[in-house]
Amino acid sequence: MNEDVDVAIVGAGAAGLAAAVRAKETGAERVVVIDRNSELGGILPQCIHTGFGLHYFQENLTGPEYVTRFIEKAKELGVQVKTDTMVLNVQPDRSLLTANSREGLVRMKPRALVLAMGCRERARGAIGIPGSRPAGIFTAGTAQRLMDVEGYMPGSKIVILGSGDVGMIMARRFSLEGAKVEAVVEMLPYPGGLPRNVVQCLEDFGIPLLLRHTVTSILGRDRVSGVVIAGLDENGTPMPGTQRALDCDTLILSVGLIPENELSEGAGLQMDQATGGPVVDERMQTSADGIFACGNVVHVHDLVDHVTETGIKAGEGAALFAMGRLPPLTSRIPVVPSSGIRYVVPQVVSGDNAVTLFLRVKSPVRNARLSVGNFTVPVRVARPAETVAVKLTEGRIRALAKGKEIPVSLEVTS
Amino acid sequence: MIIGAGIVGSTVARELSKYDLRTVVVEREVDVAFGSPTKANTGIIHAGYDDKPGTLRAQHCVRGNALWHDIVMEVNAPFRATGSLVVAFDDEDLRTLRDLKSRGGQNHVPGLEIVEDRRRLSEFEPNLSTGAVAALRAPTAAVTIPYELAIAMMESAMQNGVEMSLRTEVTGVDARNGEVQGVKTSNGEIDTRYVVNAAGLWADEISAMAGAGHFRIHPRKGEYFVLDRKVGEVVRHVVFPTPTPVSKGIVVAPTVEDNVLIGPNAQNIEDKEDTTTTAAGLAEVLEGAVRLVPCLSDMKRATITNFSGLRPEPDTGDFIIESTEDPKGFVNAAGMRSPALTSAPSIALRVVEMLGALGLELKRKSAFDPRRKPIRKPLHEPSTDRAQEFMRTNPAYGHVVCRCEHVTEGEVLEAIRRGASTMDGIKFRTRAGMGRCQGGFCTPHVLRILASELGVEVEEITKRGRDSKLLRCKTKGLLARGDHNE
Repeated sequence: MNEDVDVAIVGAGAAGLAAAVRAKETGAERVVVIDRNSELGGILPQCIHTGFGLHYFQENLTGPEYVTRFIEKAKELGVQVKTDTMVLNVQPDRSLLTANSREGLVRMKPRALVLAMGCRERARGAIGIPGSRPAGIFTAGTAQRLMDVEGYMPGSKIVILGSGDVGMIMARRFSLEGAKVEAVVEMLPYPGGLPRNVVQCLEDFGIPLLLRHTVTSILGRDRVSGVVIAGLDENGTPMPGTQRALDCDTLILSVGLIPENELSEGAGLQMDQATGGPVVDERMQTSADGIFACGNVVHVHDLVDHVTETGIKAGEGAALFAMGRLPPLTSRIPVVPSSGIRYVVPQVVSGDNAVTLFLRVKSPVRNARLSVGNFTVPVRVARPAETVAVKLTEGRIRALAKGKEIPVSLEVTS
Repeated sequence: MIIGAGIVGSTVARELSKYDLRTVVVEREVDVAFGSPTKANTGIIHAGYDDKPGTLRAQHCVRGNALWHDIVMEVNAPFRATGSLVVAFDDEDLRTLRDLKSRGGQNHVPGLEIVEDRRRLSEFEPNLSTGAVAALRAPTAAVTIPYELAIAMMESAMQNGVEMSLRTEVTGVDARNGEVQGVKTSNGEIDTRYVVNAAGLWADEISAMAGAGHFRIHPRKGEYFVLDRKVGEVVRHVVFPTPTPVSKGIVVAPTVEDNVLIGPNAQNIEDKEDTTTTAAGLAEVLEGAVRLVPCLSDMKRATITNFSGLRPEPDTGDFIIESTEDPKGFVNAAGMRSPALTSAPSIALRVVEMLGALGLELKRKSAFDPRRKPIRKPLHEPSTDRAQEFMRTNPAYGHVVCRCEHVTEGEVLEAIRRGASTMDGIKFRTRAGMGRCQGGFCTPHVLRILASELGVEVEEITKRGRDSKLLRCKTKGLLARGDHNE
């Protein structure tokens, strides 16, 4: 049952495929990508809209186009793929147990392991919408899969809760299919996704975006017949007198993504409560030797291009580790989110290598100053929906890593 | 003939399957256990100290508890012997506990004790509120999964020859010359001299059809939360507050599957199909639970789902288990609110006795097989060798379709073979879709498997029968039809 594997990668989405390609290019011999789906590519095959690859390829690609480039490259380099295969658990010593219908249960102990399971959508229960429990309630990603992979329409009269990118993209997608999108309802006073999606997916299609609103009840016994929406006050509490019913046959939930880390937790990795992902260093190595993590399993990214970059790092680190050529870090300095900052990734740096910090602000700001230790940069606009990237040269990070920790904070200047 | 495939109907059906009879169960829903009382309750097998000595509830609850301990082994149903604690916060509560204990004594509940030692209390329940001064401990209390139990009982009954007619609504009871002659249904008339009314919320209406409309059933709603098993072991026992005259209160219970179940509140309503939850109701439930187990206040984020169930509350104040005078041949098993789940096997024995007294010939079947095999769950097998063996004999057991609950295609196929025809039918038998992602990942897979096994189009698949189709049409279907709103 034991197979001789250099690098095993859990998840064949954007992160996992980039890691696999890079691991091969770095010199790892046997690289295996494991995925529970029948097809490679993770979520990308169902993302038939454009907007992928603007940074990485300087081209505007669809999801399937973007990921096909990596699938082809992986095949060309001789990466092994195991589809329809579920990883049941991961041990701290990197061994993992997989199941599929061809081989049954297989235990594998790769020399290095890359976790790239991605994220899942927050469901209705997690946000606790009261009301009835009829058919016709879908998360945005499930609706997208049903439409763009399976080929079925979940409904014809739609309300979307949550203005994250997937929600807005689905609003456009439903409209293009002849369904009527009654409204996109957002609890926060600002849209959850990228500004370009507000314009291209909602405004261009005349779909109302109701900010500071929420769905307070779901109606319908067998199938959704409508939802009740209400305006929210400053504290996010529904205001009396603002409730009204919207007729619809489908409620789409786009209320957040959660890094899928059951395997990481099972392996006992140190986790970051703010990201929901494992703590990683600048080489994307987790708290366990030889276990790397990349992409949305670490934190939810807003651009696939960034996911790819983390995959490349993890793949390179894993290959070097497998070959016994990954030099140990000289120190482990925590990067600590402070005022105005929700989280920073990587959470640990050594000062040995140049690093790009990805961080998310707590609330929208204009004209602010971002401090990383004693190094400051001006920030004109920052929104929680968009990660801020801070590139630190080798010299700069080496200087910053001399202290006990590196605080990161945001201060409004005007 | 038995009307209703809830926990009471299924348990009576299995009891009757021990005899040489032709037994038919009619159920208006598309599957077993789809009615609200069986589908959505707390799943507690009560010890039996709550009810007043001498009532049918007290009598059947204590005997039912003892019977279940054996039956669940025979039918391989989920069961976890947790015991229960009723928690007192002050002297008045403590007096109530003493009353309950003495009541329990009269009801012959074994092993009851009042724990006043604070240290022992925190050993039993480390997360219990520090305000708790004492608890009544009942070691025989347990938890089950009520819909799985009903499904197991009906499968066992059917394995022993009972017939079931789903999507069959009773429209009338044919009673002439003071005797039952047959039952009219949406699928034609069924000739029968013996009818058992286990119609749950509608038992009053069915009884009235037979001319025995002397009681009413009112729906009483209870709302619940289910928490992710990630929160770990919050409680070991079923933890009750000290009861009030109207309710046993909001409990915090571990489930057989290591989730935490919180609820129910109690609200009298009119509509027998109104299983909506409300923000106010759910807040009440959380508040009640936090009073018992304060750390739950931080766990709201771990909620997987909320739901509500309806209890069939009779206006008589007790179970209605009777053989009607007029017509003869009609047996009511009605008013089946708590502790009906616990009492079901005892009620089934009593119902069969009544049928015997009416002249039904009860000849034991030598071929009765009490054992029912559960659906194999290879990824929940403690032994990897056995799991490997399952997968070798049937490769579908290696293909995971539900990532959260680790359910394989093999289990889904087996559930369909055993009668599941809807998404909820699959969910109740296999737990696919019951985990933290609530079907986000498995829905497309299960839809495809159901359609292909049932030989229908994917668009025809429903959540739970009636008008609960998941999908509208194929993509481009709305455009082709031109019925969009632009």
